[in-house]
Amino acid sequence: MYAQMIKSEATQDDPEKLAAFQARIDRGEKIEPKDWMPEGYRKTLIRQIGQHAHSEIVGQLPEGNWITRAPSLERKVNLLAKVQDEAGHGLYLYCAAETLGVSRDALTEMLLDGRMKYSSIFNYPTLTWADMGAVGWLVDGAAIMNQVPLQRTSYGPYARAMVRICKEESFHQRQGYHLLLKMMAGTDDQKRMCQDALNRFWYPALMMFGPSDKDSVHSAQSMAWKIKMNTNDELRQKFVDETVPQAEYLGLTVPDDGLVWNDARGHYDFTQPDWSEFYNVLQGNGPCNAERMAARRKAWDDGAWVRDAMLAHGQKKAARRKAAE
Amino acid sequence: MDAALECVLRQADNALVLGHRLSEWCGVGPVLEEDIALANTALDLIGQAKLWLEYAAEVQGAGRTADDLAFRRDVYDFKNALLVELPNGDFGQTLLREFFFDAFHLPWLQALTASPDARVAEVAAKSAKEAAYHLERSAETVIALGDGTDESHARMAAALAYLWPYTGELMVDDAVDLGQDAMPLPSSIRPAWDTTVNAVLAEAMLTRPDSDFAHTGGRSGVRHTEHLGHMLAQMQFLPRAYPTATW
Ligand SMILES: [Fe+2]
Ligand SMILES: [Fe+2]
Repeated sequence: MYAQMIKSEATQDDPEKLAAFQARIDRGEKIEPKDWMPEGYRKTLIRQIGQHAHSEIVGQLPEGNWITRAPSLERKVNLLAKVQDEAGHGLYLYCAAETLGVSRDALTEMLLDGRMKYSSIFNYPTLTWADMGAVGWLVDGAAIMNQVPLQRTSYGPYARAMVRICKEESFHQRQGYHLLLKMMAGTDDQKRMCQDALNRFWYPALMMFGPSDKDSVHSAQSMAWKIKMNTNDELRQKFVDETVPQAEYLGLTVPDDGLVWNDARGHYDFTQPDWSEFYNVLQGNGPCNAERMAARRKAWDDGAWVRDAMLAHGQKKAARRKAAE
Repeated sequence: MDAALECVLRQADNALVLGHRLSEWCGVGPVLEEDIALANTALDLIGQAKLWLEYAAEVQGAGRTADDLAFRRDVYDFKNALLVELPNGDFGQTLLREFFFDAFHLPWLQALTASPDARVAEVAAKSAKEAAYHLERSAETVIALGDGTDESHARMAAALAYLWPYTGELMVDDAVDLGQDAMPLPSSIRPAWDTTVNAVLAEAMLTRPDSDFAHTGGRSGVRHTEHLGHMLAQMQFLPRAYPTATW
């Protein structure tokens, strides 16, 4: 997911306060920034929301890669608006994280020096125009699986950010799907691009949900706190069940020989992604990790003089105003 | 080419080329809010380009679409001013270029709203609202960066020296301008442009260059800069590589 493998922090608070806090969550109350919360809850949320925000921002890059090559004016506008939406999502989420007492700049520094992560999916390259369809359909689609339930998460500002974000994500997903539909009605080259995109993005999309729950040690606490709403395997299954018929409708083949409908379970059986690849990507060995980080660092470093100048101008202006009074 | 058509293409290509340049910033801006704002301006301009190109295609009457005009013309058929095709440079250069264009674009569009050609007037009226916002934002940013720090001031002064010789072309009349009556003469915008530019440069602590030398060749298509071809190579790649495909 956009937030993968979030460790929940052990918490050492007063047991009575903890019990009262848990009871509020169990009753479905929202926790607001000024409310008492366990340190572990705060830290886990910062990590999760921060990682989610970073994913939106780094996620601009693989799609930004095609803005200048979009094949029609309408596609160019759609893609630019989509990537701009992702920047907006980043902004909402940084604001939500700031309510927990950590600044946007501090979070950015942590991304840039490697203390914080972003979703593994954005370390894969976008190679043809069909990837713009596949990313919308599969990546935004997988994000929605996780984010729709998070609209009910216990932390108020996070839940509210999710409500705004989910609307846009489902629009992105439809837009991506329609892009592929159009291409699949086109030339052989276009169809080939679509199948190639699905081949490359299928397993990375499944990895977005994180490793199997039996290997996920931190899920229980996060689920009790309602900052994780479903298990990784539940969400992955739901994604496969919804996506396979969509692929069939497009006329595309899901690149999994083990994919078969299981009547008894009422779900598709499918092959797990290669988890060693996933851990490699998390450790920095994905196809684009180095480039994504270099691009973010360059943007941040190149922008330093602008941020400094705006700050300085603001201060000078205030001083001039004061002097004039 | 018919003068009326060429004048519409000049509007279209200014918006398309500048919109494309601004879209190159998406995802790598100096701060999120600026990233979003640049994308907004780019979206407005590409939207304007689409309206102008649709009209140009109609005027041309050769059965071509707005997309055909955007993606299947070569350098010498583009009619944008040289200023807008120049590379982005740093954020300051991008914003100063934007400001010089906006300071022309707003009064120009306002003048076009009085065009005897109803379609020109209509597109101009819609675009002018957007241009007013663009100008407000680019002027503010130029002032902030010119005034900000020693480094930002030096960068803005360098951008000014680079861009200045490309500003004049926006307001130089040529035979095409004189050969039609749907649009006013670009030179008529000069007083408004000077007023805006002088005020903003002064507030930005920047000195207006003495020279009034102007590179030309963009609006006529006679001599573009080398930069435009590279932009088109990227922009037109898919329609050119897969000429029978629709997207
Ligand atoms: Fe998003
Ligand atoms: Fe999205």
